[in-house]
Amino acid sequence: MAIDYAERIPNNVNLADNRRLQRALESWQPKFQDWWMEMGPEGFQANEIYLRTAVSVDSDGWAHFDFVKMPEYRWGIFLAEPEADRAVNFGQHMGDPAWQEVPGEYRGMLRRIIVTQGDTEPASVEQQRQLGRTSPSLYDLRNLFQVNVEEGRHLWAMVYLLDAHFGRDGREEAEALLMRRSGDADKPRILGAFNEATPDWLSFYMFTYFTDRDGRFQLASLAESGFDPLSRTCRFMLTEEAHHMFVGETGVGRVAQRSCELMNEHDTDDLRPHGGIDLAILQKYINFHFSVSLDLFGGELSTNAANYFTSGLKGRFREIQIDDDHVLSDGTYRVIEPAQNAFTETDAPALTSLNERLRDAYIADCQRGLDRWNKVIAQHDIDFTFALPHRAFHRAIGLFSGLRISPAGEVVTQDEWDRRVDDWLPSDQDRAYVRSLMEPVTSPGLMANWIAAPARGINGQPIEFEYTKL
Amino acid sequence: MIDFRTHPSRYNHWRLDIDGPVASLFLDVEESAGLESGYELKLNSYDLGVDIELYDAVQRLRFEHPEVNTVLLRSAHDRVFSAGANIRMLAQASHADKVNFCKFTNETRLSIEDATDRSGQLYIAVIEGSCAGGGYELALAADRIIMLDDGSTSVSLPELPLLAVLPGTGGLTRLVDKRHVRRDRADVFCTLEEGIRGERAAEWGLVDEVVPASRLAERLAEISSMAEKGSRRASEDDGVVLSDLAREVTENRLEYKSLSVQIDRSLGVAGFNLRGPAADVPESVSATQESGTGFWPLALARELDDAILHLRFNEPEIGTWTFRSDGDPDRVSAADAFLANHADSWFVQETTGYLKRVLKRLDVSARSLVSLVEPGSCFVGTLLELCLASDRTYMLEGTFEGDNRPPAIIRLTDMNFGAYPMGNGCNRLESRFIESPENVEEHRQAVGKDLDADAAEALGLVTFTPDDIDWEDEIRIAIEERASFSPDALTAMEANLRFAGPETLETKIFARLSAWQNWIFQRPNATGEVGALKRYGSGQRPSFDKTRA
Repeated sequence: MAIDYAERIPNNVNLADNRRLQRALESWQPKFQDWWMEMGPEGFQANEIYLRTAVSVDSDGWAHFDFVKMPEYRWGIFLAEPEADRAVNFGQHMGDPAWQEVPGEYRGMLRRIIVTQGDTEPASVEQQRQLGRTSPSLYDLRNLFQVNVEEGRHLWAMVYLLDAHFGRDGREEAEALLMRRSGDADKPRILGAFNEATPDWLSFYMFTYFTDRDGRFQLASLAESGFDPLSRTCRFMLTEEAHHMFVGETGVGRVAQRSCELMNEHDTDDLRPHGGIDLAILQKYINFHFSVSLDLFGGELSTNAANYFTSGLKGRFREIQIDDDHVLSDGTYRVIEPAQNAFTETDAPALTSLNERLRDAYIADCQRGLDRWNKVIAQHDIDFTFALPHRAFHRAIGLFSGLRISPAGEVVTQDEWDRRVDDWLPSDQDRAYVRSLMEPVTSPGLMANWIAAPARGINGQPIEFEYTKL
Repeated sequence: MIDFRTHPSRYNHWRLDIDGPVASLFLDVEESAGLESGYELKLNSYDLGVDIELYDAVQRLRFEHPEVNTVLLRSAHDRVFSAGANIRMLAQASHADKVNFCKFTNETRLSIEDATDRSGQLYIAVIEGSCAGGGYELALAADRIIMLDDGSTSVSLPELPLLAVLPGTGGLTRLVDKRHVRRDRADVFCTLEEGIRGERAAEWGLVDEVVPASRLAERLAEISSMAEKGSRRASEDDGVVLSDLAREVTENRLEYKSLSVQIDRSLGVAGFNLRGPAADVPESVSATQESGTGFWPLALARELDDAILHLRFNEPEIGTWTFRSDGDPDRVSAADAFLANHADSWFVQETTGYLKRVLKRLDVSARSLVSLVEPGSCFVGTLLELCLASDRTYMLEGTFEGDNRPPAIIRLTDMNFGAYPMGNGCNRLESRFIESPENVEEHRQAVGKDLDADAAEALGLVTFTPDDIDWEDEIRIAIEERASFSPDALTAMEANLRFAGPETLETKIFARLSAWQNWIFQRPNATGEVGALKRYGSGQRPSFDKTRA
């Protein structure tokens, strides 16, 4: 069946005239639809949702709001507008014109980068597919679905790159992105963190705050790529990713705010009798999600990251604003390493410590949200402060994996770890309690007891707006 | 000093589990236990130390566990089978170390194939997680490869695109000659850094079967149950323990029970002296099994194996190995007769098989081999193979002045006619007389006869037969001359002359290992300052000289 490309698939890549891309998408698009029906948000495929759709990349086109059923969402293909005379801005090809086609030499590497990034997009939709049933408000439900359809669009963005630039291999990889399943032992998603379920809404906010933020940093690094289509794709994705961060940051903030309100109202730290979530539990969730997200940046010293950089495929965060030679063959970077019951800083080659550098930028960025949440707590005159755990805490990848480190950064024995782990990470009991709070609230404007209302609605609509028509 | 003697209780990198007829060898490389400093064995990557333990395990399975008929090669890690030879180790190793390492690695892989062919121990590689380079080459040595189909498990030979070297320790050859992967597909596979996963790997013949994770346990249970029903050479109790090999190493001497080696550093010569049996061979198979590693042919095989490996790795500048022997020819004949008459005993088969492999190790050793047959020697049958493996053999005609021992003799036994084939599939007589197989018939007529220098020369079994007046000078000059030549040229020449006859998988692998693999290790595109192997891990890209040589 022929597709009316311009209408069905909004795009700025001249899809109507690109036969190769048409052919690829004609085969892939129905499979995507099937995947969405099978693995997309469960129970809400027929509902009208107040969603934002990007219909073009200019200022009035990228945020078009309307009610739409998710399976009819117009997933489009958008690249940020090209920059005239863009060059490769780092690595051994620095100064060459940016590539408009895949350099044969880097085909395998680029495909791997794109597939790894692309795999996370459908994975998170799969991880979150049960959450709709327990939404704390119609507003939040809509935000969940907005995040989901945008992850879907990000999948489209990566598939576009595979289909348009990688021939048959690319098409096969694009299909494989729809074949893997989060958490399925037989065909798991590529990265470990994307095979964990998102069991409750607190986890969802934490995920969008911490794990999607990793995605943001990865995208930002890829936006520096010398392969121009990748750079332009990622730049446009970053505008959408900002919304996911917003959902996470305001979500955790609203939970913290509600907890503070309940603490003051009942003059107690123990909110279980009052249906709230203790700040201590929030801190444990922070510890968990922050530490697993740190792992997503990979090992401290990485040859792959170095190769990606030297090849001009993946830059550093805000590469062109960094004041150095952008080649890094001689530079060093300060890396924290484990040493006898402590940590030590060493100057590692800058090229092989790019993961750590990106992780440092990420950690600094994470702290900003905590500062804002702490401000909310302070406004309620409560003596409690959220803190990020030490980077070595609860790590499964890199130099710290296998070590037992407290959130404060002390080396502890296995015995001590076993004794205190429930103070540091959500216990089964904590998780069960949080799950027990997850009762759907479906009246416009109402919020679940454990979360405060947002400061404002979506697109200028009031909070009572019926964001999801059930 | 590199020591090849180890024991499962001392393994750093492997775990050997035995469950009835099924043994599981789990690769579990200890990152910090590399043989040298300067690299970490991440991701189950290996160095010589890992291979030494694998070799030990393969040997022990044959002797100590004759009840085992199935060996599963597995990884103890769930995300990686093996990343192959450790690249930083290779990048820092000298050329000689790389060559030695690859040769030993391949010998071990051949011993795995030999265990499947000759000892009925079927090796099955079970790949979970990525299996790259030497990791896949190891899997290729197995008879069967089972791979997990989980979307991420893959097999790959990324040496060429990643490092500008070759999967040359048998990988390329086994791909097309053993697994019969079509050459164009092999070309694609070997240039694909990330390798191939799932169904396509099976379709292309890179693996035998792919199994989803949820079915793997069931599949392994099927294999165990097949193994239960399958044949076993012996029961658990019949195994012969390979006791710790006793030896004394001093600066210029190696002393074993049946063998000593004296090193002359000024001439660059290691003089092997092999001692014949100190007593008559036991009468029965059960008695030999009882004596275990005390059984002379087995003791000799183990000691010779250890000495060869020791000299190869620890004495690289000792370029000539001479072989003398000392003992009663009749006792060696009797031992050979025992081996021939009890060829249906698994223990005798293992012993003969071990001798075969040690002799093959000698064939591919990059040293000049010279046998010296003097009065009092016992170059009979099995020991005569050393003369036949040598580049030259000198035999004294008559006796030394003042020595009342009778003149030296050599003797052929049945063991010279097929028990110890070379890598090319021929026995050493066939390969030696490649143009006139009828000569081999003539040799058969001579089995059991004492051959003095004249007779031995007439049969073409020795090179020169100086008398006592010339002997000392002849030998000295020959050895001094040898020491004056280029060691590289000698190695190359000897390797070219030793293997007359047909090609086999084995000879192809060694030849290509010696030629292409070692050539590429010398090329600036791999090992130059801006070559791929040197630059690997630095994050800097290699720079290639584009000239095709």
